[in-house]
Amino acid sequence: MLTVNSINCGIVIDHITAGNGIKIFEKLKLDEVNFPVVLLINVPSSKLGKKDIIKIENKIDVDITMLGLIDPEITVNIIENDKIVKKMNTVIPKEVQGLFKCKNPRCVSNFDEYVTPKFRLVKANGKIHYRCNYCEELTSYSI
Amino acid sequence: MSLKGRHLIDPNDFTMEELNEIFNLADRMVEERDAFGEICKGKILGTLFYEPSTRTRLSFESAMLRMGGKVLGFSDAGTSSVSKGESIADTIRVLSSYADVMVMRHPKEGAPKLASEYSFIPVINGGDGGHQHPTQTLTDMLTIRRYKGTLENQTIAFCGDLKFGRTVHSLISALSNYKGSKFVLISPAELRLPGHLKSSLLEKHNVSIYETESLEEVINQIDVLYMTRIQKERFFNEADYMRLKDSYILDRHKLKDSKEDMLVMHPLPRVNEISYDVDDDKRAIYFKQAELGIYVRMALIALLLGVNVNAYS
Repeated sequence: MLTVNSINCGIVIDHITAGNGIKIFEKLKLDEVNFPVVLLINVPSSKLGKKDIIKIENKIDVDITMLGLIDPEITVNIIENDKIVKKMNTVIPKEVQGLFKCKNPRCVSNFDEYVTPKFRLVKANGKIHYRCNYCEELTSYSI
Repeated sequence: MSLKGRHLIDPNDFTMEELNEIFNLADRMVEERDAFGEICKGKILGTLFYEPSTRTRLSFESAMLRMGGKVLGFSDAGTSSVSKGESIADTIRVLSSYADVMVMRHPKEGAPKLASEYSFIPVINGGDGGHQHPTQTLTDMLTIRRYKGTLENQTIAFCGDLKFGRTVHSLISALSNYKGSKFVLISPAELRLPGHLKSSLLEKHNVSIYETESLEEVINQIDVLYMTRIQKERFFNEADYMRLKDSYILDRHKLKDSKEDMLVMHPLPRVNEISYDVDDDKRAIYFKQAELGIYVRMALIALLLGVNVNAYS
């Protein structure tokens, strides 16, 4: 079994659905940072079967809303002095601002650059969609 | 809640009570139009038409002028500051101080909603791309209410292009709030009402929906027949177009099987979907419908401005 040392001070993004780890790694632009970061993929998990984990040896601002949008199973642990001092669960956000664009090419939010796209969560046919506050088209978020 | 200072972006922005308030005032205006000839004196309607629309723009202008108000604006984005690259937000902020209420038509969907976020005065959506055209919906509802006495318990058929027709989507969504509404959807398979809209109507309102390709099959059961234009380019193939095109043209022959008090409505302009020989039939009310559009816009403007509608009557 591969082992990775625990981190002293930083953030652990855990319970990432296997395969999403690399996407979150890229979304957080962790390939551009100058502090230690570890991406573990296909780690055995009793809850998920297998999962991805990202360990970041630094305290950075992580957008919980964005993580919830990508993968609502994720937990985020804040580590200080080798101990978890805060544990956060992500949720599917009910409202999203600016994290993605409306898929409707005729929507005003795709033309005027000062407009922040805004969406409300709707569930249609058992799937999760976001309804644009401007043109009302449904957009599904994918990374 | 008062309608004063509110925006109208989507027909669902208003409650059924608020819609009734508009229709009640519009009814009074139809009966005694001259009594309201001065109620908007000193007020200005801004007309921001980013794309040409003769009918809608003129009906708004007529509505304001008939109430003693004044109108300013542009009818083509090419002749306004927009052509210099000004953003909607900036245009709206400035126009807010030039007028007391504004109507906006824009080719981009959601533009009036965006305008309402920056405006200090009420914004009326005069049509935004294929999205919404709420004052057409109010016109259609007032027409049905005046001719049928109620918006409840009506069997309303929509015929033609139900996929892309925004007037159909808005009206069917608004009417589904009224009890006993039954919808008959007459269209070729390619132009059926979008599935998401149909399932939302069925889930939220438990309305009755019947779909068919044939107008003749159902015409004797209908209270209101709402005709729309089918464009040839909407069909996937020429053979289907040739097979179906005549079935969506209403003529006197087809009309003979309909109820005596059925209403034939159309948002206009028509092309060939209603034969001219239908115009003289008492069931054909599409020109009356267009006329009622003035009154519903008068009532809407007056209530959004909060002017005293009882002062002169």
